[in-house]
This record gives sequence, structure tokens and C-alpha cells, in this order.
Amino acid sequence: MTTSTSPAAAAVDPEAYLQVRDLKVQFPTEDGLVRAVDGVTFSVRRGQTLGIVGESGSGKSVTSMSILGLHNPARTKITGEISIGGKNIVGMKEQQLQRLRGKDVAMIFQDPLSALHPYYKVGAQIAEAYKVHHPSASKKEATTRAVDMLDRVGIPQPQRRANQYPHEFSGGMRQRAMIAMALVNDPALVIADEPTTALDVTVQAQILELLEDLQREFQSAIIMITHDLGVVSQVADDVLVMYAGRPVETGSVEQIMKRPQHPYTWGLLASVPSLHGDATVDLVPIKGNPPSLINLPTGCSFNPRCRYAGQNGNRSFSEVPELRPAGEPGHNVACHMSFETRQRLYAEDIAHAGVAQ
Amino acid sequence: MLRFLIKRLLLASTTLVAISIVTFLLFFAVPSSPAWVMCGRNCSPERIAQVEQSLGLDQPITKQYTDFVKGIFVGRTINDAGTIRECDAPCLGYSFRSKEPVTDTIERSLPVTVSIVAGAMVVFLTVGIGLGMLAALKKGTVFDRVAIGASVGFASTQTYTLGGVLLLLLVYSTGLLPNPHYTPITQDPLDWAGGMLLPWITLGLINSALYARLSRAQMIETLQEDFVRTARAKGLSARVVNRRHALRAAITPIITIAGVDLGAYLGGVVITESVFSLNGIGREAAQAVQDLNLPLVMATVLLAAFFIVAMNIIVDMLYAVIDPRVRLG
Repeated sequence: MTTSTSPAAAAVDPEAYLQVRDLKVQFPTEDGLVRAVDGVTFSVRRGQTLGIVGESGSGKSVTSMSILGLHNPARTKITGEISIGGKNIVGMKEQQLQRLRGKDVAMIFQDPLSALHPYYKVGAQIAEAYKVHHPSASKKEATTRAVDMLDRVGIPQPQRRANQYPHEFSGGMRQRAMIAMALVNDPALVIADEPTTALDVTVQAQILELLEDLQREFQSAIIMITHDLGVVSQVADDVLVMYAGRPVETGSVEQIMKRPQHPYTWGLLASVPSLHGDATVDLVPIKGNPPSLINLPTGCSFNPRCRYAGQNGNRSFSEVPELRPAGEPGHNVACHMSFETRQRLYAEDIAHAGVAQ
Repeated sequence: MLRFLIKRLLLASTTLVAISIVTFLLFFAVPSSPAWVMCGRNCSPERIAQVEQSLGLDQPITKQYTDFVKGIFVGRTINDAGTIRECDAPCLGYSFRSKEPVTDTIERSLPVTVSIVAGAMVVFLTVGIGLGMLAALKKGTVFDRVAIGASVGFASTQTYTLGGVLLLLLVYSTGLLPNPHYTPITQDPLDWAGGMLLPWITLGLINSALYARLSRAQMIETLQEDFVRTARAKGLSARVVNRRHALRAAITPIITIAGVDLGAYLGGVVITESVFSLNGIGREAAQAVQDLNLPLVMATVLLAAFFIVAMNIIVDMLYAVIDPRVRLG
């Protein structure tokens, strides 16, 4: 994966199944224009996993919703390009979007208890997802397919389970059912929005493993949206770190985890407890809260929370940093500090904590 | 399910017994007597005592109550000023005023109330829920604003205002609708409906307003649920998402409220009946209270309580059928 800000057509992998160029998503509200996503560019190949990382309100979920075309066009302004299998879906008609949704692009939601309909049986909900894209399939075929999928995602006694309601499933089983529903039409792209957040830690690992297995089998592209860097380090090939609707650092998972360059990425890493690092080192939370997306701080939107803001005179407060190559190929960072300064600060302040190694 | 039903029926019977006792006690706590009402202001104490004796009011309250209960289950004989009347079970006594068996009064007035409520219910469930759901789907549009604005207007009118205005406009001035009256449906269905039209419209519109706002709020909330987003993410059309996924979930609590409302209305819609001069249960009950007509008061109170209790049980069972998460027990 390659990324940069606009004009970024050249930086996007032209072979990739999903190509997003300079995507901007804005919601006009009574209080002002909410710039939920403000220019992101990325691409994902089939068989690859992109992790999108950031706090709540960083624009990661809005990005994923726009890839499915789920925003109400009357209340959302979307510009840029989202190309799925060669088709640009920005501005596409609702009817065409419906043919893509669930078939070419499927979504796994965060909380499977609220994301599954409480009144319908699990099997019926999966069968419905199959039947909508296979209108000629009989009810029986769709049901058989649903049971097969439940079996495939590791649910024991799938025949019996298909006849149960979501509330009769455990959390992990529900998420498996959700995955079965997402994969029922063999989608080329799967977006998983915090798929393990609502689950026990032990179950989390099983679900991530299942997703990896299924990816190998179906060769799908996966976007893993999460705030959990542990999840990212386990499953992602590439990582996009977002802050206040903008990309702040992109690169391979190794580059982001081992040689991060943006102070926000450092902050995320330093706030993760590590089992392997120095146990006596305190966790360092990122001070403050994410900014309002209506009223972004001028200059670098991270400046009010950045320990190093102001290193380059006034630039942090007046100029929005562009995403620029950060040394290694594929590694980009949007920071005003020079490469050398970042290297030095990382070595002095961050690396010794042994974060998330 | 069976255990639930038995438990609820026991509870319901207890409730009804408690209500009957309380009503009985309240009746005798009133510092007046049916004899005074019947006999007039200048009645001698001897005459009063005579009337009270003829009504059986000179007996101890406990005896009167047990007689009343006995009458319901096995029937009883009533000594009315020397005339011995046989009153078969279920006997609710004789009306102090008209001297007819209370069961006859109920038999005559209940169909009137049922007719009013049934038609009005059809109006407000279709118009109210329909408008509310549409307004929710078209939230923020002109349609939404007009529908909700109108419903606020109707909700703030009262039956006696709206009923009176409609009566004046549609009946007295223009003659578009027949004067409200009751004809049994078995006798002439068309005339039955014609006579009920105005009460249906009045009670229907006022309740439509409430149901429209309720269903709009419910639908808007449901449309924001995660499972609706999931349905859209599957690639289902907006129609299927709205009907099969959103509506089904949004309508459940409304059914509950409609059921409880039905129970309450069947016990009598006093104001609607009075505005349109229809002799339903509600009007009989109001009159009975004014007359201190104990047997009729008891009958109407118990009937109203019975409908409410019964509808509550039915609604709870219905809920379990609609929502698989609800387990009765």
C-alpha cells in the first residue's frame, strides 16, 4: 500500500481492489460543517489487510461507512474517489450501491448483539443476505448456504444454531455469525469495524485467527478498523493512522510499530500496556481529547496535545503538515519536525519504554 | 406459557376482588344515601328508612357484599319492597333507578361502547401509525412538519371541543353526516356504520395524533439502530429495510400501548358517548354514580377493571409472540 495526500493518483496502487483517493466526507449541521474525513488516500489489494487506527472521532468509521455508500446523500458531502473493483462509487445511484453492498463489499460490525436483528433467527438473517444477491436461489438453498457458512466460521451444530435467535448466542458466537453473514456472498473486500472490541480477550484472538484463515481461503481484501494497536500488529500488513479526519502516518505494520515517526503514533503506542517491555515503565496517556471536527485547531490539528509542538517556530500553529515520505519507501508521515529531530526524540523519549515490541 | 397464564389469572382475580371491595367501601363512605337521591329533599326519616330497607341497604355491609358476590356466581333472590325477584347467575342486582336487572343494562350499553371503540381504533391505528411511520421516514421534510404540526393540534383539542365542532359542521349545518345514533350491526350494518361515523372520526383523530407522534419517535429511534444499518449493509432495498427490519421492531411497543388503551376504552368512553348522546357503558356509569345506584356502579367498575386486566394479560402474551427475547414465566 502507498499513500500520500492529493494529488495522489500516482501514489495509489493501480492494481489494488480498493482505491481511495483524496476522500473528503463532510456533514453540514446547524453548528457548522463537520469535516469528518478530510482528505485520505489509500488502497488495499486482495489478500492484504489494512489497519486503520485512531481514537473515536478520528474519521475511521466514517471512512468505512462511505466505502459502503451508507451515508445519506442528502445530509453528506462526499468528494474524492472510492474505486471498488474499478468502479467509482462516489456519486453512484443508490440502486447500484445496493448491488455492491454485501456482495462485493461486506461489513462486520462492532457489537454483534445490537447489529443483528433481535426478532429474526440467525440462519434467516444470513440467508436473507445471500438471497438478496442471489434472487434465483430458493429459500432452501439460501438456508443451506447459511448453515454451511455457520459451519465454516466454526459454530458447532450449525443446523440447530441457525434456528436460534441472536440472544441465544454467546458474544463470540454472535461475532462468528456476523462474520458468516458478511462472507456469505464471497465479498472481495471486507471491512471489519472494531470486530473484537466487544469481546473477551481470549475470544478476540480466536476471531482474529478466524478472519485470517478466511482471508487466506477467499483472498479478500480486509480493512481492520480499530483503536487497538495489539490487533493491528497481529493482523495488518499496512497501517493508516488517522487523527481528526486526516492521515498522520502510513506505512507497513513493521514501520509503524517498530519505527513510528509521528508523535500521535508514539502516543498511541505508549498508551498500550506491553507484556514484553519494561514492566516498571508507566503508561503515558495522550493528554487532552480529540478536537471538535467543526472547529479544528489551526495548523497541525494535533498541536494542542503534542509535546513537541512549536519545535519549528510557528509552523505547528499556522501550517497544516502534508503527508511526506519518511525515509523508507512506503512510509509517510505528516509532521513538521525534521527526520533527524524525530529520530532523536524517538530514541530519547519513546523507544526505551519498549512499547508494543 | 401455561404457568404464566395461571399466575396472571390468579393475580387478575385478586385484583378484581380487591377492586370490588374498595368500590363497595367507598360507596358506603359517601355521606349520602341512594334513598335520599330517590326520595327527594323533603323526605321524612321514616320514609328514608323504608326505602333503604326495600333496597337492602339496612343490612350490614359484609352481608350485602357476600350477597352481591353470591349473586354473581350462583344467583340470588332479591326482596324489592315486598316483590320477590329471582335473579339468576350471573346476577349483578337490580338497578335502583330503572328496576331492571343490571345485566340487561350492560347488555344494552356494552355493544354501543364496543362499536364506538372498535371503529375509532381502526381509524387511529391506521391513520396514526401510518402517518407517524411516514413522517419518520421523511423526517425533516414538509410532509413531516405538516403531519406532526397537525397532530400537535389535534392532540391538544379535546373530544368535547372537536366533537362539538364536527357535530355543528358536518351534521347540523351541512347535513353531510347523519346524527350520531346506535343501530345494532346485526340489524342494519350500513345504518350502524353511518350512526357511528362521527364518533369514530372524533375519537379516531384525537388518538391518531398521539399515535402518530409515538410511532414517529419510535421509528426514528429504530432507524438509528445498528441492526437497521446491518440490513442496509447487506444490500437490501430501502423498502425491505424499512418494512422487514425497522417497522417490525418499531411497532412492538405501540401494539402494547394500543392493547392497554383498548382495555381502558372498552370500560366506557364517557366523554365521547356524552357528546354524541350515545348510551354506552361510560354514560351509564357516570349516571349510576350520580344516582348512587350501587348495583350499576359495581357492575360498570368491575367491567372496566376486567377489560383492563384482561387486555394486559393478552398484551403480555402477544409481546412474547412478537419478541423472541421475551420469555413468559
